[in-house]
Amino acid sequence: MNTELFGIIASFALMLVIGIPLGKYLAKMFAGEKVWTDFMKPVEQGIYKLSGINPNEPMNWKQFLKAMMCINLLWLVYGFFVLMNQDKLPWNPDGNPGMTADLAFNTIISFVVNCNLQHYSGESGASYLVQHYIFMFLQFVSAATGIACAVGLFKAFRDKTTNDIGNFWNYFLRAITRLLLPLSIVVALILTFNGTPSSYAGKDQFISLQGDTMHVSRGPAAQFIAIKHLGTNGGGWFGANSTHPLENPNYLTNITEIVSQMIIPIAMVLCFGYFIRRKKLGWVIFGVMMIGALLLLVPSIGSEIGGNPAITKMGIAQPTGAMEGKEVRIGPTATAFWSTFTTIVSTGSVNGMHDSTMALTGLWQLLGMMINGFFGGCGVGVLNYFIYLIIAVFISGLMVGRTPEFLGHKVEAREVKIAALITLLSPLLIMAGTAIAAFVFTNHGNADWAVKPSAWLNNPSFHGFSEMLYEMTSSNANNGSGFEGLGDNNIFWNVSTGIVMILGRFLPIIGPVAIAGLLAQKKYIPESAGTLKTDTITFGLMTFAVILVLNALSYFPALALGPIAEFFSMHK
Amino acid sequence: MKSNIIKSIRITLVLTVILCVIYPVAISLAGKLSKGRGDGETITVNGKVVGYANIGQSFTQAKYFWGRPSAVGYNAAGSAGSNKGPSNPDYLKDVSNRIDTLLKYHPYLKRADIPAEMVTASGSGLDPDISPAAAKIQIKRIADTRKLSVQQVTDLVSAHTEAPLLGVFGPAKVNVLKLNVALDALKK
Repeated sequence: MNTELFGIIASFALMLVIGIPLGKYLAKMFAGEKVWTDFMKPVEQGIYKLSGINPNEPMNWKQFLKAMMCINLLWLVYGFFVLMNQDKLPWNPDGNPGMTADLAFNTIISFVVNCNLQHYSGESGASYLVQHYIFMFLQFVSAATGIACAVGLFKAFRDKTTNDIGNFWNYFLRAITRLLLPLSIVVALILTFNGTPSSYAGKDQFISLQGDTMHVSRGPAAQFIAIKHLGTNGGGWFGANSTHPLENPNYLTNITEIVSQMIIPIAMVLCFGYFIRRKKLGWVIFGVMMIGALLLLVPSIGSEIGGNPAITKMGIAQPTGAMEGKEVRIGPTATAFWSTFTTIVSTGSVNGMHDSTMALTGLWQLLGMMINGFFGGCGVGVLNYFIYLIIAVFISGLMVGRTPEFLGHKVEAREVKIAALITLLSPLLIMAGTAIAAFVFTNHGNADWAVKPSAWLNNPSFHGFSEMLYEMTSSNANNGSGFEGLGDNNIFWNVSTGIVMILGRFLPIIGPVAIAGLLAQKKYIPESAGTLKTDTITFGLMTFAVILVLNALSYFPALALGPIAEFFSMHK
Repeated sequence: MKSNIIKSIRITLVLTVILCVIYPVAISLAGKLSKGRGDGETITVNGKVVGYANIGQSFTQAKYFWGRPSAVGYNAAGSAGSNKGPSNPDYLKDVSNRIDTLLKYHPYLKRADIPAEMVTASGSGLDPDISPAAAKIQIKRIADTRKLSVQQVTDLVSAHTEAPLLGVFGPAKVNVLKLNVALDALKK
């Protein structure tokens, strides 16, 4: 028990010890200052030359977003056709079939948008070619896309008045060559030397000790699992994700994987402060996010180590906590720890099955994804938080009766409208999506789909509702974890979550970058006694209150129908 | 727009070479130096592979230590948990049945001796480990079946108990396959 607590304390400490200096490094590196990774310069210049890109060309926010959308659309189209035809393409040692159109639609969106919601199972649903050339490729570039867009936003606030928010290609490529790739190499090596397969061998077959014939899926997984965490992607090589003993063979790999999914989100927040030369702002945001994270983390751990009350009633010992859907080598404490971080940042990898966690743990997981701004995914976490900042600036401005300002720029109707629309988007997608799903489930239970709606839910009653709510929430947050009991590989879920994922990705990127671009063009107003300071603890608390109020108002009714109702039904 | 498309295609191709060929192949080559040569670590008995160290397998015979219940019957060509929610009545019935089965084969046990992991399915369905407590409750059954002394089996379990990482981080565990292989060796 105590060693399990020490384990998560060590993981937490490591996140900070690595994440904080990484933030300073990123600020320097993206600003083009001298850093130790400058030895990558020749490689980058080679790539620019081969791609016909001039990395020094200034871009305004529209050009920046156009370049970003263009390459993302290319990946969507190209990947879609590869997924549908994987059976006809080489490098498919296990002979997996091509994906159906609706599954390919869902899957390609899922990987392009850094979500990694998986309606297929790695062992039987994807060839090695697809796993590496599509999925792993997209894990790198989707994370780099998010980071590049965040840095574009940072750049808008670095100078007083500017049209130039930096070059998309420059940030995008540097995010890969000087951040994601080097770290992936380190993590992949740790994994493979601890037992995660990294060779290209296909399935193996042998006779077990008891005399059963067994098949074991393998493959070059270590490379994939490294970037899956560093890039906050979360898609598993195997169906069971990081609960699988080959994806996460021991406690050391568990620490490695949980730490690697947190360091970039932590670093990006501090990078914001350092990059715009307002160190304190970065730390205030970091503080707000950390308080939010701990408020979700502590009760999650409490509810998991308390065990399942229904099993306690049967007289069974739960010395370490609830064990359904968990692994012995990891334990309930580390699973609860991981489940909080994987949902607040948008990784969505799991080291224990979320569907089987306690009712209230499920509540905290859902809330983490609904807020989606406590650290958040690579780059996009800061973008989501920026929207909360703008709303907080606006409300504060109303309260003191002055025109709201952010970092020396007036925030006017246009910017607030964009921020308000983005804020409303998440509740709309999540609630409308869940409502439609619940309607189809109750009224069209026999629709002739791959999985009949009446057979969607693996659990009855409140928990069944939570499965649908979780799927929509996870899609909107681009998280990708699931209450995996849901029968989701059918046209309804593939199409609906596909649409939710793509809207939930690009609008919350376009909105903040547009606001930043618009603000940056405005005249710079020097700070005066009447300026609302955004880098103070008071304003941090104000932002926290805004986050709390917005999310509580939006989601409380839905949460009350799912996890909260389940909790009370178990404890009555 | 057109220039963006061309740039996008070209950089996608270049990055594909770096990220999907050079990076994974380099890691794969380095992996050849690892214990399982990057193929996964196997366990052999008399030169024959009987399993993977990290992949649990089904043990149902009375002479072996049993692992955890699995939602996929330890089929390692797939992997999954039960995904049963904590309040699901069918699930709770399953748990109750597993308790009865355990008590039937271990009549010397009280309910409070049974650790939860022996009556709940693992997340991957392939959990290779059990806790030392879960091994301990099976010792008497194994000793009786194999006509060994309780002390002998207890010593074997202690020898196969893996301490937490560096002695302080994470849970202690017992790898069921390794323990059973050692058990078979003991008999000779």
